[in-house]
Amino acid sequence: MPRTFTYIVHKAGLADESAGELLAAARKIGPAQTPVALVVGYGADLDAVCESLRGTFSEIWKLSNESLAYPNAELVRQALVRVLPQGSILLVPHNHFGVDLSPGLSVKLNAAYVSDVLDIERVAGNSLTLVRQEFGGQVSTHVQCDITSGAVLNIRPGAIATHGSVQASASGVIVDQSAKVGPLTAKRRYLETLIPEAGDVDITRHAVLVSVGRGIQEKDNVSIAEDLANALGGAVSCSRPVVDAKWLEKSRQVGSSGQTVRPKVYLACGISGSFQHLAGIKGNPFMVAINKNPKAPIFRVADVGIVDDVLEFLPELTERVLEETSVAAGRSRE
Amino acid sequence: MEILVCAKRVPDTSENEIQLNGAGNDIERDDVVYSVNEPDNYAVEEALRIVDRTGGNVTVVTVGGDEDEEILRREMAMGAHQAALISDEAFEGSDGRGIATILKAFVQKGKYDLILTGVQADDAGAQVGGMLAAMLDYPFASLVNAIDVENGGLKISREIEGGSKEISAIDLPCVLSIQTGINEPRYVGMRGIRQVASREIPTFDASTLGLDGGQVGEDAAKVKRTDYFVPVAGKGAEMLEGSREEIIDRLVAMMRAKGGLN
Ligand SMILES: Cc1cc2nc3c(=O)[nH]c(=O)nc-3n(C[C@H](O)[C@H](O)[C@H](O)COP(=O)(O)OP(=O)(O)OC[C@H]3O[C@@H](n4cnc5c(N)ncnc54)[C@H](O)[C@@H]3O)c2cc1C
Ligand SMILES: Nc1ncnc2c1ncn2[C@@H]1O[C@H](COP(=O)(O)O)[C@@H](O)[C@H]1O
Repeated sequence: MPRTFTYIVHKAGLADESAGELLAAARKIGPAQTPVALVVGYGADLDAVCESLRGTFSEIWKLSNESLAYPNAELVRQALVRVLPQGSILLVPHNHFGVDLSPGLSVKLNAAYVSDVLDIERVAGNSLTLVRQEFGGQVSTHVQCDITSGAVLNIRPGAIATHGSVQASASGVIVDQSAKVGPLTAKRRYLETLIPEAGDVDITRHAVLVSVGRGIQEKDNVSIAEDLANALGGAVSCSRPVVDAKWLEKSRQVGSSGQTVRPKVYLACGISGSFQHLAGIKGNPFMVAINKNPKAPIFRVADVGIVDDVLEFLPELTERVLEETSVAAGRSRE
Repeated sequence: MEILVCAKRVPDTSENEIQLNGAGNDIERDDVVYSVNEPDNYAVEEALRIVDRTGGNVTVVTVGGDEDEEILRREMAMGAHQAALISDEAFEGSDGRGIATILKAFVQKGKYDLILTGVQADDAGAQVGGMLAAMLDYPFASLVNAIDVENGGLKISREIEGGSKEISAIDLPCVLSIQTGINEPRYVGMRGIRQVASREIPTFDASTLGLDGGQVGEDAAKVKRTDYFVPVAGKGAEMLEGSREEIIDRLVAMMRAKGGLN
C-alpha cells in the first residue's frame, strides 16, 4: 500500500478544519498506516501550523520556502513534485485551492486524479472505489480509481466525518523536507487579494432569509420573495445563478463563493441544493424547501419540504403571513 | 490574440430532472434537453470580448460525437470564427486525462495565445483545463472571473472564498478555467443559428491527431465510472402534503415555533 499524504490548507498560522477530514479519509484508505501531513508555507505561521498538528498526525512534513509564503498553486506544485515519493496517494481539500492545484499536479506525478470525492468505499489491491456526485448532486456515482502509479484525490469539504480520528498524544514528529524543494519559479504571479465591498443588505445579520434560486425564473419575480421577506421581517438572499444573471447583487449570494449565513429560519425557494450553496448555511437553521421537483437534492437536507411552484406558493404564503401578523398586532394593541 | 475555447455538450440541469435509467448504469438520456455546459458559454463570450479589443480569432473545439456539433454551431452563431469537432470511436471511455490528452494534440496542431475552458462540466470534475495546461507546460488558473490584457500578458482575478478575488499576473500562452458570471453571454436566437448552418466544421480523428489507444479511450483510463445511484436521503425533509391552504397552515405554525414569525 503506497503512503498517504494529506495536504494541509492553512491561514494565519491555523490549520483549516479540512485537515481532520483528510486524516479520516486517509484512514479509510489504509487503516493500518500513518498518514503524513504535508505543510507548505514559510516563516512563523508555517511553524505554528506544524506544531499544532503534532496532536493529530504522527508525521508532519514541513516544506518551507520564502516563495511559498502565499500558496500559489503553480509554485506549490513544483515543490510537491520534488518532495513526494513516487506512487504516493495525496489527499487535498476540494476548494478553490485544490481545484487550482490537483489536476496539473496529477499530470506531473503521472498519478490518477479524482475530484470532489464524497467517500472512499473500498480498497482492493490497486483499485479504490470512490463515491462522487454529478449534476449538482441529483445523482451519485461509484468511480474506480487505479492507484498503481499513485493518485491525487480531492475530498469534498464536510463530506467525511472526523469523529474518532483524533489522537490524544502530542507526539507527532516534524520532518523538515525544505532542502528538497529548491528554487521555484512561476509564470503566474500573485499580486493581491481584494475583499468584496459591502452590499445594500447584510444577509449575515438576518434571522429569517427568503432565499431564491434559478426557480424564480426571472428578475421581475424576485419581488415576490421581497414581499414575503418584508412580511416576515427578514431579507432576500439567493443562490449563485441569480447573481450570475444579475437579478440580485453578489452580496446576497449564499454559498462557498458567497456569504456564510446563520439564520434561524431559511426558506429555500426554487433552489436545488448544491453543496456549494449549502456550504454557506451554518448554525443548523430551520430549513424549509419549496421546489417543484420532488427529487430535488434540497429535500435531503431541509427540515420541511413542499412540492409546489414558488411563483404561486410564495404570494399565498405572504398573504397568510400578513393576516397572521396583523392579527398579532391587533392582539398586542388590546 | 488567437483564442481556443474548449466546450462540452451536457444534459441541461436547468431544463431536466436528472434520473437514473432502469439498469442503473447511466442517467435516463431519452427526451433530455442538452445544452452547452454553462461556464463554457461564458468562456466563449469572454473570448469574443477579448478579440473585440485585441483583434484575432476565436476557435471553439469539442471532443465528442456528431450530435455535439450543435453546440459548435451555437457558439459560432454567438460570433466564434471557427469550430472543430474531435471525434473517434477510439476516444470513447476517456477519463479527464484522456480528454486533456486529445485536446493537447489538437492545440499542438495550431497556435493559440490563450486557451479557455469552463470551470467544470456538470457531469465531470473540474479537471480538463488544469491537466491540459500541465501537459502543455503552460501556466494555469482556475475559477477566473475577470481578465485584462496587460503588457503582453494577462492580469486575472480568481474567485476564492467569501466572494474575495485573488489577483495575479499570468504569462501567455496560458490556460484559464472560466467561472460563470464573468460576463453576460449574448443571446443566440434560431435565426443566428440558421445563419451559420452551412458553415463547414472540420473533424479531427485519432489518426489526424497522431493519437493511439495507449494514451486515450477506455483502456488508458485510470478513472472509470462504474454506476449511478440515488444518494441516500440522510434524515430527509418532512414533506408537507394536502391542499396549498393546509400546507400553509402547518408551515405558519412551524415557523412561529421556530422564531420565524412574530
Ligand atoms: C466553484 C464553484 C463555486 C460555487 N459557489 C456557489 C455559491 O457560493 N452559491 C451557490 O448557490 N452556488 C454556487 N455554485 C453553483 C452551484 O454548483 C449550483 O450550480 C447552484 O447552487 C445552483 O443554483 P440553483 O439551485 O438556484 O439552480 P438549479 O440547480 O438550476 O436549481 C433550480 C431549482 O429550482 C427548481 N424550480 C424551477 N422552477 C421552479 C418553480 N417554478 N417553482 C419551484 N421550484 C422550481 C428546480 O426543480 C431546481 O431544483 C458554485 C459552483 C462552483 C463550480
Ligand atoms: N469533451 C470535451 N470537449 C471539449 N472540452 C471539454 C470536454 N470535456 C471537458 N471540457 C472542457 O473542460 C472543462 C472542465 O470539464 P471537466 O474537467 O470535465 O469538469 C469544461 O468546462 C470544458 O471547457
